[in-house]
Amino acid sequence: MLNKIYDWVDERLDITPIWRDIADHEVPEHVNPAHHFSAFVYCFGGLTFFITVIQILSGMFLTMYYVPDVENAWKSVYYLQNEVAFGEIVRGMHHWGASLVIVMMFLHTLRVFFTGSYKKPRELNWIVGVLIFCVMLGLGFTGYLLPWDMKALFATKVGIEIAASVPFIGELIKVLLAGDATIIGAQTLTRFFAIHVFFLPAALFALLAAHFIMIRRQGISGPL
Amino acid sequence: MSNNRVSRRQFLNYTLTGVGGFMAAGILMPMVRFAIDPALQTKTDGDFVQTSQKVADLTEEPVKVDFSYEQVDAWYTSEVTDTAWVYKSGDSIVALSPVCKHLGCTVNWNSDTEHPNQFFCACHGGRYEKTGKNIPGTPPLGPLDAYEVSEKDGFLLLGKKIANNLV
Repeated sequence: MLNKIYDWVDERLDITPIWRDIADHEVPEHVNPAHHFSAFVYCFGGLTFFITVIQILSGMFLTMYYVPDVENAWKSVYYLQNEVAFGEIVRGMHHWGASLVIVMMFLHTLRVFFTGSYKKPRELNWIVGVLIFCVMLGLGFTGYLLPWDMKALFATKVGIEIAASVPFIGELIKVLLAGDATIIGAQTLTRFFAIHVFFLPAALFALLAAHFIMIRRQGISGPL
Repeated sequence: MSNNRVSRRQFLNYTLTGVGGFMAAGILMPMVRFAIDPALQTKTDGDFVQTSQKVADLTEEPVKVDFSYEQVDAWYTSEVTDTAWVYKSGDSIVALSPVCKHLGCTVNWNSDTEHPNQFFCACHGGRYEKTGKNIPGTPPLGPLDAYEVSEKDGFLLLGKKIANNLV
């Protein structure tokens, strides 16, 4: 049945080359853990992406209940975690996944560094990778405020004060982040929410696309 | 053992699909159950709500009775006001919901001068008899809902919405 539907579409649109081009690629012996177990270090990039997918999915579902408003943010988080079926699991996936993404990304960076994979001709991909690292840290920082509990509030106060210590433009960054010169409140929360669910994910998708396209153009770097 | 030998390719296909499907299910199952939770929540309403309408003051003519109660909407609790059209029918009290069974607008008693003594919905001209029975040829497809009725210290109590049992 599925095969027939596939054949019907393929006959008209010739879709086989599209997915073959994505799926069929050489995995050299030196990156295949089946040949050399130590090659598992080459999995960290893929694992980072896998957890990122979980973050995107669990985040999409969390926004079904979450409201970015000072009156209701904490209450809605409490409700979705304690009253909704599997709420603890879904929020847990997003909470723990956020830390795990940073860990995996760090291990991936170490692998690229120690195998020298950042060297010519892959300098641009290293730069894109560093930008992804920055976007991920931004996602972690903005997401931390959203539960709107004491830990979130004071972590954000500290974070914004650090940003404010930048010479010359510090105060401007602070106002732009917080939405107010003195208050960490209603406008800060809506801004952080918008940045966390719209602006940074959009940047992340663009950077990930560039990251992966470059890998396919250049192939995986050779053995040590 | 059957004579159909499983090729290496087939074996890998099956194991990869199985393991991949298991992982995908493990990730998606909690999220989907989380998302469909509102459809599976058990309702706990059914408490009677006190109104300020004295039962002794009721007549055969429907009167509008407003009543307020605490509504818990997930993390948001608020005081909401609902309305019922209440009248006496012999010894029993009838309380009808004002929500039109066409598309949910609010009906009024005796507000259409061309059709006196009927419930009338201004949105699309739906009309109901005094019992709540919808008048054929007007948009509504069923009779107005009724409220469960009770009495305490001479005041009217309204319960949960039930199907209209007068028609």
